[in-house]
Amino acid sequence: MEILVASAVGILTAAGIYLILRKRTFPVILGTAFISYAVNVFLFASGRLAVNQPPVLQKGVELYTDPLPQALVLTAIVIAFGMTAVVVMIGVGAYLSSQDDHIDDQDELAPGADPSALEHADPIDPSQQGAPS
Amino acid sequence: MSHWVIAPVLLPGMMAAIIILIARYHPMLQRTFSLATVGLCLAIALGLLVGVADGTIFLYQLGNWAAPFGIVLVADRLSVLFVVLTLFLAIPVLLYAIGSGWDMRGRHFHALFQFQLMGILGAFLTGDAFNLFVFFEILLLASYGLMIHSGGSTRLRVGVQYVVFNLLGSTLFLFALGTIYAELGTLNIADIAARVSEVPAENSGGVRVAAVLLLLVFAIKAAILPLHFWLPATYSTAPAPVAALFAIMTKVGAYSIIRFYTIAFPPDLEVTQGLFDTWLLPGALITLSVGMIGVLGAKRLDRLVAFAVIGSMGMLMTSVSVFTPEGIAAALFYAVHSTPATAALFLLVDVVRTRRAGGDLTWAPAPPMVGGALVAGLFFAAAIAMAGLPPLSGFVGKVLILDAALADPRMAWVWAVILASSLIAVVGFSRAGSVIFWKAHAPTSAFSGTSQEKRPESQGALPMVAIGTLMSAIVLVTVFAGPINRYLNATAAQLFAPEPYISIVLDTPGKVIEYKGKTDKGQKDEAESGKEEEGHGS
Repeated sequence: MEILVASAVGILTAAGIYLILRKRTFPVILGTAFISYAVNVFLFASGRLAVNQPPVLQKGVELYTDPLPQALVLTAIVIAFGMTAVVVMIGVGAYLSSQDDHIDDQDELAPGADPSALEHADPIDPSQQGAPS
Repeated sequence: MSHWVIAPVLLPGMMAAIIILIARYHPMLQRTFSLATVGLCLAIALGLLVGVADGTIFLYQLGNWAAPFGIVLVADRLSVLFVVLTLFLAIPVLLYAIGSGWDMRGRHFHALFQFQLMGILGAFLTGDAFNLFVFFEILLLASYGLMIHSGGSTRLRVGVQYVVFNLLGSTLFLFALGTIYAELGTLNIADIAARVSEVPAENSGGVRVAAVLLLLVFAIKAAILPLHFWLPATYSTAPAPVAALFAIMTKVGAYSIIRFYTIAFPPDLEVTQGLFDTWLLPGALITLSVGMIGVLGAKRLDRLVAFAVIGSMGMLMTSVSVFTPEGIAAALFYAVHSTPATAALFLLVDVVRTRRAGGDLTWAPAPPMVGGALVAGLFFAAAIAMAGLPPLSGFVGKVLILDAALADPRMAWVWAVILASSLIAVVGFSRAGSVIFWKAHAPTSAFSGTSQEKRPESQGALPMVAIGTLMSAIVLVTVFAGPINRYLNATAAQLFAPEPYISIVLDTPGKVIEYKGKTDKGQKDEAESGKEEEGHGS
């Protein structure tokens, strides 16, 4: 069981890191999701692995699984879920406003790109106010 | 008195909800609520400052559960210092946002601002590592919203990078916390401190990993090389008041490093030897060099200020990684000085953007600004403070840091890098200032017409008042450097004698659930603290 859990954490993390190193927004977001799954499993394991044990302390129950990591995981899941939603919204907003979902600063580096285009991507433009925020 | 400790966390949180629910369509009401909350919090924080100045440590047990099973908030000299600093920064920033109309260029500025304050203040006050994670997430989530406030494609794209970088940082934080819990069975900072010294040397691998992971997480927040990549683009693209508020965000990372590595993993601890002298000090020195070289190399005024932030964080962390009471005290003084200086520079960049023809921030020649003399004067003063020239507080901070590094074996490195990088910063700032303010001339005769049209709306005196407040704060820090330094020395002394902190947190009685089952492990009663954590997350 230890090998199963450990390799699950390892493979999820490796897949997540691979995806995060991609250049487009969607794989990167998937990668962060994978890594947050990995950390959730890891947090479970931090309270020692126990199968079929109650997570409560009661009279007469002598074997139990540590309940604190479960509470931590719950918090971590809620937060990771919210964060993923936010990054999806910002990613979609960035894609819709620039018609480009590359996560790296492509235009800045592209040789023939017009530098003034970046300078005047002035955020104060009121016509952009409808963008999701 | 100890109940007041939670007020700086609760008030902004409640007010953010009220602003969204009640004042959603009433700009004036939002502004009033926002300012009133910050003012009230500042009054409470100053009260706490008076309370902790004599060395008292206030403890607030949430739900009256005893630590380490419940979550505690702890207000000691260090926490309250940063709380006061944050709120002192928040008022001018808010005034500027209101005066320049930034807060109305998108939705929910004030609500997000309050949530951001709640996260920052909570991170400073909490005495629990997992709770620190939760407050980090609150401040990050609010900062994502603030960062892309008023939209724009550049800002959104940079926002994606910023969010992804910080998501990874948060995940790393969770890995670190999981490791700490697996090794020590607790996440309360004082309890970690009590247990970590009992870890046998041959079994300390996990604790070492956890300590290094935590340092990495905080280094991301503090933008220490090579983990600084999120900062320049984020700070230079964020709306000016937001960038100015973010001046305190890097300090959250510095605060966490100081807090954790004085109390939870004290410098004389065997398992974390070498973390500072071998790793953090070179990192900090490189951060300082790269930041100041970036100041010289930046092609735009906003990037220049963003690199100045990196440089100032390098300076601060250099002083921290010397890790003596003098070093910590000097670092704290530098934090007190550099926060308003950075914020003032970011706000001045925005003033230049609105007043310079075409909103141009590059070194291209442009016609003179309207009211350029005042802006130039303020920029000059802020740049002097930032570069650490006399007579302003940056100089005092730098002298304190140099003095603290005297006893360090790598003193020659520290002195050489600090002095050389200061020179580079001076050159960079002078170049920027002279190009933007002195070499102003009209390339075409029809400049006035075009530049007038580009200007969004005429601004009142409020933005200048806000910047003036920040600048006078710098002057006050310089004038009262003696008393401030005495308080900071006492703070550092308190940090290096953590026994009162640990005993107050762990020995204060509170509720504990009695249970009568026999267990095979030593980790009892953790269900209670689990409940608390859960309540915070949802």
